[in-house]
Amino acid sequence: MTVTEIGSARLRKEDQRLITGRTRYTDNMTLPGMLHIACVRSPFAHATITAIDVSEAKASPGVVSVLTGRDLADEQGSLPCAWPITEDQKAPPHPAVAVDHVAFAGEIVAVVVARTAAQARDAVELVDVDYDELPVVLGLEHALTDEVLAHPSLGTNKSATWVFDSAEAGTGTDVDQALAGSDVVVERTYTQQRLIPAFMEPRSTLVDPTGDQIVMWSATQVPHILRLMLAMTLGIPEGKVRVIAPDVGGGFGGKLQVTPEEVVTLLAARRIGKPVKLTETRSESLMAAHHGRAQLQRLKIGATKDGIVTGLSVDLLADMGAYLGLVTPGVPVLGAFMFNSIYKFPAYRFSTTNLFTNKTWTDAYRGAGRPEATFGIERLMDDLAAELGMDPLELREKNWIKHEEFPFTTVAGLEYDTGNYEAATAKALELFGYDELRAEQKQRRDAGDRVQLGIGISTFTEMCGLAPSRVLGSLNYGAGGWEHATVRMLPTGSVEVVTGASAHGQGHETAFSQIVADRLGIPFDNIEVLHGDTASSHKGLDTYGSRSLVVGGMAIVAAADKVIEKAKAVAAHMMEANPDDVEFAAGNFTVKGTDASVNIAETALAVFAAHDLPDGMEPSLDSDATFDPENFNYPHGTHLAAMEVDTETGEVTLRKYVCVDDIGNVVNPLIVEGQIHGGLVQGIAQALFEEAVHDDAGTLVSGSFVDYLVPSAADLPSFITDRTETPATTNALGVKGVGEAGTIASTPAIVNGVIDAVRHLGVEDILMPCSPHRVWTAINNAGKGGLAAKGGGAEAAVPETTSPEQAASGSNSSGSLPTGDVQ
Amino acid sequence: MIPTKFAYEAPTSVEDALRLLGEAGDEGKILAGGMSLIPVLKLRLAGPEVLIDLGKIEDLRGIREDGDALVIGAMTPHHVVAHDPLVEQHAGLIAAASKTVADPQVRHRGTFGGGLVHADPAGDLPAPALAMGAEFVVAGPGGTRTVPASEFFVDLFTTAVGEDEILTHVRIPKHTGWGSSYKKFTRVAQQWSIVAVAATVRVENGTIAEAQIGLTNMGSTPIRPAAVEQALVGVSLDEAAVAAATASVAEGTTPPSDTNGDADYRRHLAGVLTKRAVLTAAGA
Repeated sequence: MTVTEIGSARLRKEDQRLITGRTRYTDNMTLPGMLHIACVRSPFAHATITAIDVSEAKASPGVVSVLTGRDLADEQGSLPCAWPITEDQKAPPHPAVAVDHVAFAGEIVAVVVARTAAQARDAVELVDVDYDELPVVLGLEHALTDEVLAHPSLGTNKSATWVFDSAEAGTGTDVDQALAGSDVVVERTYTQQRLIPAFMEPRSTLVDPTGDQIVMWSATQVPHILRLMLAMTLGIPEGKVRVIAPDVGGGFGGKLQVTPEEVVTLLAARRIGKPVKLTETRSESLMAAHHGRAQLQRLKIGATKDGIVTGLSVDLLADMGAYLGLVTPGVPVLGAFMFNSIYKFPAYRFSTTNLFTNKTWTDAYRGAGRPEATFGIERLMDDLAAELGMDPLELREKNWIKHEEFPFTTVAGLEYDTGNYEAATAKALELFGYDELRAEQKQRRDAGDRVQLGIGISTFTEMCGLAPSRVLGSLNYGAGGWEHATVRMLPTGSVEVVTGASAHGQGHETAFSQIVADRLGIPFDNIEVLHGDTASSHKGLDTYGSRSLVVGGMAIVAAADKVIEKAKAVAAHMMEANPDDVEFAAGNFTVKGTDASVNIAETALAVFAAHDLPDGMEPSLDSDATFDPENFNYPHGTHLAAMEVDTETGEVTLRKYVCVDDIGNVVNPLIVEGQIHGGLVQGIAQALFEEAVHDDAGTLVSGSFVDYLVPSAADLPSFITDRTETPATTNALGVKGVGEAGTIASTPAIVNGVIDAVRHLGVEDILMPCSPHRVWTAINNAGKGGLAAKGGGAEAAVPETTSPEQAASGSNSSGSLPTGDVQ
Repeated sequence: MIPTKFAYEAPTSVEDALRLLGEAGDEGKILAGGMSLIPVLKLRLAGPEVLIDLGKIEDLRGIREDGDALVIGAMTPHHVVAHDPLVEQHAGLIAAASKTVADPQVRHRGTFGGGLVHADPAGDLPAPALAMGAEFVVAGPGGTRTVPASEFFVDLFTTAVGEDEILTHVRIPKHTGWGSSYKKFTRVAQQWSIVAVAATVRVENGTIAEAQIGLTNMGSTPIRPAAVEQALVGVSLDEAAVAAATASVAEGTTPPSDTNGDADYRRHLAGVLTKRAVLTAAGA
């Protein structure tokens, strides 16, 4: 092979248009006669709608229509949930526009359609809605009591309870017995705070109902699923809907959804018969686009006194928010397979109780269930190590799967194909300077320095590349996990690759071009990747769960191989050779033992002309393939963080971050680096900065970027990243997913580092995000020898409240946007 | 994020601006950079009918010396103030604080006067201006008056500038040879101050001869802790001594409680940051 695109750090071909603004984001598009929607949203987290007066809004300049939930009741159906985790799962109806009951602040209660976006926005203020406020349920432990119901008509806040027990599954022994026989049992409750995906491009949808087929452009991760769900929800024949995801500016799971905004835009456009666009504001996006995480993790781990783990018990309360979105109930279930992580635990029990609250509904957010699980187990391993007086790395090493033990069937029932935790860890330790930093830590502790040093460790693996379809079926997921591709040879010798995996920032166009360039021996620049339009890419299951390369990429490889097979027959005919004697390499067909040669572009032209093909041969090289893997794949890695804590102010500084990830073979190291960096920042942000905070009434307090703290480059050091490469054995390229790795591993590394810096002062836990206030409070409480050691005493006692400090807060928040005099 | 409809005026003289402001009555609003006003308009928290942009009035820009004072035009952008040699030399505290305002885009667009008249308790300019004893030159229909810093900041988002008046210039007494420090405590770089402390200090023979201090976001207006300033006189440049002199800096303050910390934590921070600001300003 002379062509070696795979492994080359090519600059992304999509970046020129993305960076220079030659983009086709949905909101950039304007159709003739297009109208605009603005939404009236409930200011209350829980209320009955008693009356809506739209007369003044209807009379406002430019207004074409005002639609309430009542107006749409007969046609809007209920937004879909594709993952009922149990047969008796409970869920309230989920109308796109609330009819008579709102269950979270930000829910749509009416929409205004007007000639301009400004006119629509003006008229929203004229819609008069009467509400009767109802009591709200916000915290998970409160929700569990059913004292206040998020949906009174449902009779309970409990949606479903899902259990995995290794004794019942035959994958391990009974956890209660295991814990009872342990030398040491550590019991902890950790809180996964609620996060907001905060993708850069707010959601936008444009629907053109003219013509025979309804066309929807939407800022979505899932054009194919969206089309299917619109058809099923609204009773439209699937073939009469075309969905296009044009350039999409980030998603992180936040655009893995079928949204009320999409449905109502379609319904309004269909009623009025004109193109209609809805683009949300940033405030609407933070309030109403689905949130993520939000779990209470009640964990027990047992071990022998020399550090061999005997069993793990996991009992989750998971916050669904007010409704079930597309895969909401399944998010905690994905964690069921990851709490045991890289370890050989003999006994394991997992249970999640999914609860409704009067908050924005939750759903997939980068990692979806796996970051939560990884956080739980990695925090717990550190606390167990502290209890045993053992180095946390040593404890991990005693319990992890050795590289010679692969393939390994875990206590959760997954078969890990490959891995080498020893190699990744050894490399990380060397890059980090572990021993030197431990020495410095000791010196600072002994000296009682104002700034203490902590070392945070996180090892991880994840199941990614969702597929396999059979496994998803066994979990009651509503679809398969295959991916589809088409490779088309154009007569000029260039290639079109059609993929069902639709990119929203990942760099698919570049990575897929590299794969096909190598496979077919076609120059990188002669390959065009088409995606995101159900008309051109007619079949697909879209982009999430780190699946695009390991599933979608393999479909492309399979389709390209079919093209080669077809072209080989043509080449043999052209060279008057027996096909069995024809070989293919670097784009050229040759005949063994001769100097005859035809390149693949020449076969494409010959097929296009079709003047002289073998009898009965179809004049096309184009090929389709659908790939469904037999197993997930299992990237892993070791992440180390050096954290400095200023004990005088509680300020936390990330001084050094090292990660060594094993994602198998690498197609494009530059894209991988970008994924790791972005993932790390999102995971670190959970540990230190981000939190969706609600007040006692259920109103989102962190409703703008003034209060929802997304870090920037100024807040973080340069990361030290490296890789080991243990190829996956379950796909042709030996690749593993990388889209979520950084997010999964970094959160516990950071928090473990913060705790490690102050554990000697008596601190055991600090709620995320580890704000200076919480760290300072934890140090202070520990110093007083009081209730100790939790991040802010009182708050640890009621961890289900999203931000307990908030309850006590006054209203004169600084830095807020005032209503008073402004110059 | 679309504001309500408004008319836009861009006068080229203070006189014209005052006339337009008078004509607009309650419905007029001065646009002095817009780094806070525009978000407020977009969120529809305010909906003035007329915006009067001072950006085209040349007289309101620039920095000059006037005897014992520096005169800074109200429409001088933060970036210019932060890097002006005269400000660096004679009012280092103003330069230091201006460098911490928001991000580079905001510092090029937002203005010194705009930030002061906005009077956000978490804004970075009021406390340094108060600490340095600035004087505010305010033009109105009846002529020009000068307001001392101690009377300028009235309440949350409220200053002594009347509805029909415009802040034109700020006079900062020269503090040539004084050291200065603005300690701004935030969780992420682009954030309003949780607490910040402005300090400018004159050192003589290894001890503090004079100290002037301002506290940001420790109440509805910036605070100048006179007792601490007095206590610092004659103090040697070691941490324990400065800590002792500044320990009571937050006594009697009523800072806000929010997601970034409660009032007690802010009072604690004010003490720590005052100590650190004074030590840095003193070159210790």
